[in-house]
Amino acid sequence: MPAAAPLLLEATGIAKSFAGVQALKGVSFDLHAGEVHAIVGENGAGKSTLIKILTGAERPDTGSITIAGQPVDHMDPATSRALGIAVVYQQPSLFPHLTIAENIAMALERGAIWRRVDWRRRNSQAAGLLARIGSPLDPERPVDTLSMPEQQIVEIAKAIGAEARVVIMDEPTASLTDREVENLYRVIALLRSHSVGVIYISHRLEEIFAVSDRITVLRDGHTVGTRAVGDVDRGELIRLMVGRELSTVFPKAAVKPGEPALEVRNLSNEAAGLRDVSLMVARGEILGLAGLVGSGRTQLAETVFGLTPADGGEILVGGRPLRATSPRDAIRAGIAYVPEDRRQHGVVLDMSVAANTSLASLGAVSRRGIIDRAAERGKAQEYVDRLRIKTSSVLAEVGTLSGGNQQKVALARWLSTNPSLIILDEPTQGVDVGSKAEIHGLMQMLAERGLGILMISSDLPEILGMSDRIAVMHKGTIRGVLTRAEATQPAIMSLALDPDSHH
Amino acid sequence: MRSIGRREASVLAAIAALALVLAAAAPGFFARDNLGDLFLANVPVLIAALGMTLVILTGHIDISVGSVFAICAVASGLLAKAGVPMPLVALGACAIGGLLGALNGAFVAYLRIPSIVVTLATMVALRDALRWTTGGAWVQELPAGFQWLGTTQSVYPVLVAGLVIILQVAVSWGLRNLAAGRAVYATGSSVDAARLAGVRTSLVTFSVFVAAGAFTGLAAVVNSVRFSQIPSNTGIGLELNVIAAVVVGGTLITGGRGTPAGTLLGVVLLGMIGPALTFMGVSPYWERAIQGGIILTAVAVDAVRPHVMRVRSYA
Repeated sequence: MPAAAPLLLEATGIAKSFAGVQALKGVSFDLHAGEVHAIVGENGAGKSTLIKILTGAERPDTGSITIAGQPVDHMDPATSRALGIAVVYQQPSLFPHLTIAENIAMALERGAIWRRVDWRRRNSQAAGLLARIGSPLDPERPVDTLSMPEQQIVEIAKAIGAEARVVIMDEPTASLTDREVENLYRVIALLRSHSVGVIYISHRLEEIFAVSDRITVLRDGHTVGTRAVGDVDRGELIRLMVGRELSTVFPKAAVKPGEPALEVRNLSNEAAGLRDVSLMVARGEILGLAGLVGSGRTQLAETVFGLTPADGGEILVGGRPLRATSPRDAIRAGIAYVPEDRRQHGVVLDMSVAANTSLASLGAVSRRGIIDRAAERGKAQEYVDRLRIKTSSVLAEVGTLSGGNQQKVALARWLSTNPSLIILDEPTQGVDVGSKAEIHGLMQMLAERGLGILMISSDLPEILGMSDRIAVMHKGTIRGVLTRAEATQPAIMSLALDPDSHH
Repeated sequence: MRSIGRREASVLAAIAALALVLAAAAPGFFARDNLGDLFLANVPVLIAALGMTLVILTGHIDISVGSVFAICAVASGLLAKAGVPMPLVALGACAIGGLLGALNGAFVAYLRIPSIVVTLATMVALRDALRWTTGGAWVQELPAGFQWLGTTQSVYPVLVAGLVIILQVAVSWGLRNLAAGRAVYATGSSVDAARLAGVRTSLVTFSVFVAAGAFTGLAAVVNSVRFSQIPSNTGIGLELNVIAAVVVGGTLITGGRGTPAGTLLGVVLLGMIGPALTFMGVSPYWERAIQGGIILTAVAVDAVRPHVMRVRSYA
C-alpha cells in the first residue's frame, strides 16, 4: 500500500540548534498517504523538535520540507494548518469550559468574529464528526467533564474536520488503558482508509508494532534508520534507539515476602467511588494494581495516602491502624506516594534537586528545627549518585531536568523518608526506554531491601514483568488478585473489563 | 552559595543610578534630616512589605493591609489613651493585626476563596467599619508617652533601625533555614506538590496571613508615634506601595520565588522616587506615574525572560 501511495510529506537534512545545542543534526523523514509512520527514540533524541518543525512552531536551520510535492520554504503554524497538518498532543489542548461543539468550531469555523453563531449547525457538525470516528459523545458536553481519552477523541474529530492530510499523534496513549488504545487503533485505521498519513510517536513499542507500517528511529538528533515494520524486531529497535544492548527483560527477581507492609480491609470512600476494597502488600513484595483508567486505582492510592479520607474500613501500616486525614499522617506512618502527574504533583519544579529531595524529610537534615544546608546537599548528592540522576548540580532546579530524572528526584524524596511502603502511580509513564529500565531496576532493589511496593500501571507488560502479584480493579473495587504465575494479559483484561468474572 | 540574584542586582543598580543623578543634580537630598525623614516614612512600608512578601511567596495577595493598618493605628491610639503602657500597646496592635489577618487567612486557606476576593472584601468592610465606629474622628490628645514610643525624636530612629534590622534578618533567616520557610516556598511553587510532600499547605497559607496582619499592626504603631494625632483615614493606598515594593523587589506575583532582601531594595527604590522628584524640581504628580512605570518594567522582565531570568529564592 504505501509504495504506490503518493508522498504526502518529505523532510530532508533537517538541522536545528537552540542556544548552541544541536537538537537535530540531519533528520530525514517521509510519509505516504494512508500510511502510519512511527517515530521512536529516547527522550532528547529530537522527536519533539522534529514535530515542532513540521508544525511550523520552530524554523529549521537547514533542510527542506516538501508537502504533497510542493517545497515549503517558510513553514509557520498557519501554513502548516493550511497544508493539512494537524497534531493530537499527549495532553489535549482544549478549552475546558466550552462544549465539544464549541471547541471543534473554534478550530474549523471561519468568518468575522461578530457573525451570528448558528448553534444548530455547529452542534450537528460536531455530532457528524464524532459519529464518523464512532464516538457516542454528546457535542454539547463541556470539555471539562470529559476524561483524557475522550478529550483526545475531540482532538481527532478536530483534525478530521479540518480535513487534515497529515495527523501527528504525540504519545496519544500515554494516559489510555488498553481498551481505549484499541479504540484509538480503530480511529487510526479509519484515518488510514481516508488516505490520511499518520505520524505516530510513542514510547510503547508494542503499540508501535501493532499500529505502524514503517518506523523511523532517531538518536541524538540523527535519523538512525527507517524500517518497514515487518523487517525489524523489538530487540533491534531498542538497539537502534539506545545505541547499545539493553536488556528487554524486566529485572524482576523473586524476593521472599516479609511481614505485611500495608493491609487494606473493606475500605470504602464514597466520594472517591471506592467500595469494599481489601488488599495486602508484604514487605519485599511488588503488588501491581491494574485496571482501566477510572477504575479507582489512583483514588485508592489517594485514600490510603490521606488525600481523600476514607469513610469506612481499615488501613493498617506495618500492622498498626492508620487513620490518615492528610498526607502528613500517612508519611509519618511510613507511606510514600509518587503520583502520576509528576510535573504538577511529584516535584516542585521551581525548587532545587536538594530542596526537592529533603522536602518530605526536613527533620532528617535539620538540627533543632534549623535546616543544615550542607547536610541537605550531601544527602541529595548521595541520592543523585545512587539513583544516577543526571543533573549539573544538586542546586539545579528540577524544572531543568528531563522527565526520567524528575521521576528519580521524586523517588529520592520518598526514599529519604525511609518508608515501609511506597505507592508508585504510573512510574514510567512518558519516560524513555533507558530511564524506564533504570526505574525498574530501582524498584527491584527497593523490594530486596524490604519495602512493600504498590505499583499502579496501565502498561500491561510492566505490570506482568514487575509484579509478584497483581490486583485488578474494576469500578472502585478489587475484582481479583492474580499470582505472577497465573497472570496473563487476557486474564488481567477479563477481570478489568468484565464485571461478573471472578477469579 | 549563590551570588546575589539578578533582580536584586538590577534594583540595586537602579538605586545607585538614581543616587548618582541626585548627587549631581540635588545634593541636598543627602542632607541628614532629609534621609532621616525618608527613613522614618518608609519603615512602616518595609515592615508591612515583609509580611506581604510572605503572603505573595505562597501565591496569594493581601490588599486589605491599608484598612488593617488604619484599624491598628486607631486602636494603638485608643489603647495608649486608656493608659496601657507603650510596649503593650505595640503588642496589642500586632495582636489586632494578627486577628484580622487570621480572618483573611481562614477564608483563603480553609474556605478556599481566592485571596484577592477575600481581601478586597475585608479591605472595604474593615475601612467602613472603622469609619462607622470612629465617626470619622481622629484620635487626638494622645498621652505624652505615645510619641516616639516614649523616647525622644533623636533616639527613636535608632530604636526603629534596630527593630527593622532584626525583622529583616529574622524573616530572611527563617525563610532560608526553617522548615516553615521551605514550606512557604513549596506552597507557592505548587500547592498540590507541596501537600503531597506532607506540607500542611492550608496551615501555611493561614499563617502567612496572620503574620502579614501582625506585621501591619506593628507598622501602624511605628508610623503613628511620629505624629501627635492619628487620622482615622490613615493607610489609604498603602496596599499599592507595599505590593509594588514586593513585586519590584523580584518576588513573583504567582508565588514560589523571591527574597526579603529584594523587598527591602524595592522599598528603597520606590521610596526614593517621590522625594527625588521634589528635590529635582519635577512636579510630584509624576511620582505615581514613574512608580507605575517601574512596576510595569519589573513584571515585564519576569514575563519576557522567564527562562533566563532567575529570581533568587532560598529553596
